[in-house]
Amino acid sequence: MPSKSSVSDFSYLNQLSTIVTSYIRKIKNLSNFYLLPLFFAPQLAFAEFGMNLPEGVTSVSRNIYGLHMTIFWVCVGIAILVFGVMIYSMIFHRKSKGAVAANFHESTSVELAWTLIPLAILIAVAVPATRVLIDLENTDAADMTVKITGYQWKWQYEYIDQGVSFFSNLTEEQKKATSDKASREGMENYLLEVDNHLVLPVGKRIRFLMTSNDVIHSWWVRDLGVKQDANPGFINDAWAKIDVPGIYRGQCAELCGKDHGFMPIVVEAKSEADYQTWLGEQKEKQKALAAASGKVWSKEDLMTQGQKVYSSTCASCHGVTGGGIPGVFPAMTGSPITTGDINAHIDIVLNGKAGTAMQAFGKQLSDSDLAAVITYERNALGNSVGDLVQPSTIKAAR
Amino acid sequence: MSTTTTDLQDEIDTLEGSHDDHHHGPEKGLMRWVKTTNHKDIGTLYIWFAFSMLLIGGAMAMVIRAELFMPGIQLVDPQFFNQMTTLHGLIMVFGAIMPAFVGLANWQIPLMIGAKDMALPRMNNWSFWILPFAGMMLISTLFMEGGGPAFGWTFYAPLSTTFAPDSTDFFIFAVHMLGFSSIMGAINVIATIMNMRAPDMKYMDMPLFVWTWLITAFLLIAAMPVLAGAVTMMLTDRNFGTSFFDAAGGGDPVMFQHIFWFFGHPEVYIMILPAFGVVSQIIPTFARKPLFGYSSMVYATASIALLSFVVWAHHMFLTGMPIAGQLYFMYATIMISVPTGVKVFNWVTTMWRGSMTFETPMLWAVAFVILFTIGGFSGLMLGIAPADIQYHDTYFVVAHFHYVLVTGALFSIIAAVFYWLPKWCGNMYNEKLAKIHFWWAVISVNVLFFPQHFLGLAGMPRRIPDYSLQFADFNMISSIGGFAFGASFILLTYIIVDCIRNGKPVKEDRVWDSAKGLEWTVATPAPYHTFDNPPSKKVILEESSHIGEH
Repeated sequence: MPSKSSVSDFSYLNQLSTIVTSYIRKIKNLSNFYLLPLFFAPQLAFAEFGMNLPEGVTSVSRNIYGLHMTIFWVCVGIAILVFGVMIYSMIFHRKSKGAVAANFHESTSVELAWTLIPLAILIAVAVPATRVLIDLENTDAADMTVKITGYQWKWQYEYIDQGVSFFSNLTEEQKKATSDKASREGMENYLLEVDNHLVLPVGKRIRFLMTSNDVIHSWWVRDLGVKQDANPGFINDAWAKIDVPGIYRGQCAELCGKDHGFMPIVVEAKSEADYQTWLGEQKEKQKALAAASGKVWSKEDLMTQGQKVYSSTCASCHGVTGGGIPGVFPAMTGSPITTGDINAHIDIVLNGKAGTAMQAFGKQLSDSDLAAVITYERNALGNSVGDLVQPSTIKAAR
Repeated sequence: MSTTTTDLQDEIDTLEGSHDDHHHGPEKGLMRWVKTTNHKDIGTLYIWFAFSMLLIGGAMAMVIRAELFMPGIQLVDPQFFNQMTTLHGLIMVFGAIMPAFVGLANWQIPLMIGAKDMALPRMNNWSFWILPFAGMMLISTLFMEGGGPAFGWTFYAPLSTTFAPDSTDFFIFAVHMLGFSSIMGAINVIATIMNMRAPDMKYMDMPLFVWTWLITAFLLIAAMPVLAGAVTMMLTDRNFGTSFFDAAGGGDPVMFQHIFWFFGHPEVYIMILPAFGVVSQIIPTFARKPLFGYSSMVYATASIALLSFVVWAHHMFLTGMPIAGQLYFMYATIMISVPTGVKVFNWVTTMWRGSMTFETPMLWAVAFVILFTIGGFSGLMLGIAPADIQYHDTYFVVAHFHYVLVTGALFSIIAAVFYWLPKWCGNMYNEKLAKIHFWWAVISVNVLFFPQHFLGLAGMPRRIPDYSLQFADFNMISSIGGFAFGASFILLTYIIVDCIRNGKPVKEDRVWDSAKGLEWTVATPAPYHTFDNPPSKKVILEESSHIGEH
């Protein structure tokens, strides 16, 4: 994990520089000239208190921000007008001040005016909105593609054509901090840190493909201006070209079950050279992982590794102590699967169970992790079957 | 037409031997409420049912705000948290807001159009008595193995099908029953308004509350069967092996959202159009000036209703809709702000150069106009498809729909209760306490919901039980506002019970000096049977003079 304080300082500087450049851009932007005097004060105020959208680090996020501020000020303008008239009237046209009620009750021309003027304002807003939408929906001409798959409750990132793919989970440290105030308070990015960052190069047009393995998730990183639903059985797309290196955090935005609040997203944007170095390391790692399945493990090693895998992968449903949630997620302790035929146990972990939340972990975990976790489930959590599984058995069962 | 129906009803009553005397009072004891076919009794039942559901749904909101008071998981586990958000939404929408408006319709529509009763009194009884059973069934899911529905009030598949607890089938049955009840209530409203109006009352003589309810009833009849279809498809997906919403079997989870929102968007107007009606009654009364632009109000309501059926997918900009779809739904959606704006401008102009007093109903109505408009502004922002990328499924949305549903729909219901309660029970409420309650509620509700705009823009997703530390301050402020707003309902309960039991009797038929409308021509408290003889043309014209057509 990168050092926390340096990261935050860095992104703060980035934000500052993007704000400055965007002022220049906005001043140039003639379509917004009439709002110019209004632009300065609120942005400075909002930036400090975390009350407004950030401008982000892509052209799309900046366009959205511009649109957001335009429509916001349009609303403020209308509000001042309408509420101003209302408040004036409430102060001066009250019976206690001796006001005598007028009797007018109709005017076609007034009705027409307050139908047509708002219509004109809406058209003025719809034009730039259309332009931004057309631009952000155009995912052509991508330099690279990352496929993002939502799982209950983690993300999988696959670098298409690179042979690199991995899962990204909320870190164990963060999970524990949900019930531990002391460790929570020391954290810079509570609930927003993952074990494996999505590393991306700056200056490249990146296409994201979103899909899901189970329920609907939604992949959202504000600074990138990307939020797109990940639907099971279908693929959506979005794109981003990140301008500034840095770390950008997001969260799942579509209710996806119990741990919906605990599947954050961390994007780490690096320079092209750093990205290539990282990519090379990942390829090495995946090779090493494949080689590990040939090794014969001792029971102690399997149990130690199994506990790690269990708590990161299985415990959110089946419970830290294997109790599950009655009626929703079955218990591990004393279950016919974890205490019965070992082949049936391997089968359900590898292939999942259709029509339930039980996923096919064969696609997610390595042979050795699967062997470890199955061994752990049979010999811990209140079970003591006594047998064990080797990675080679898993490899054969796939 | 209406005379014929009235005669027919008399004949039925005579044949059934229950109508010996035109002026008999209510039956005594519990059976009065079980067997009643009287629109006033049924209205009362609806309103008390809605109020008790409001308190239950509100208690769930308190659990939510308590858990979100500070970062970390303190009180409830995430699964139970999800059950709370889900049931809070369902109970407030289907148990509190909708039945409250049906209760107001039951009490007021016959009184406002000079009818003896609702057109279909026995169906009226049934449409009410389905509700408590549906409500109880929904709440009972909390105590079942696996807990209650935990997939949000929008219950998107496949979280609500393949991945849902067993109790979901009870949820489906409860939604079906709530739908039956709503459809029967809507049929009754339409039949009553079309057939039971005083013979000399033309459509354009009708008070705005009656107009908005007529239009709402059509929305209900069109929208509720779609919801029934959606939950039935869920039921067969869950239990009979179909795959409407499962891509593995050729279905599509996004289709669920299309069907749900084809119901869901008209549904939000079902909850706000009668509110427009209420406010259009109250503001002219206390501004002592006719409603500005009566006919444009009617046309604006009808336009909003029609548009509400063609904008549903603005809830789905991020589902992967083609760009043409997104553009169309964006244009159609922001278009709704035109007729909505017309309504707000008309209310403001009604107040302009009036002679205003600010009794409690007026305070609530004015708060409605201001705060609903704020909800309308955030709605306009959400309608801009590219900007919605950053707002969607964040607390900005939570703030938006609570401004339109709490400070919109709920505030108008409270306004309506204070406005008509003296007519219903014959006693005046305690004005001083009611004003204290108003300021308490209106300040706390803004402390509760306004910071949620900032939370959403700062990046907090909705429906999460725990959050990153940067959201801590606003969440704590919001929770404090929430507890204060929740507590204000204890005072409201006291004010209302105190009014009914010990309130100072009101002598005047016209409770508010400048109120117009047929409901103010009957005695105070409204007798058990009113308008045995329809009001004369002269009275109708006098009482609709606030409309400004005469």
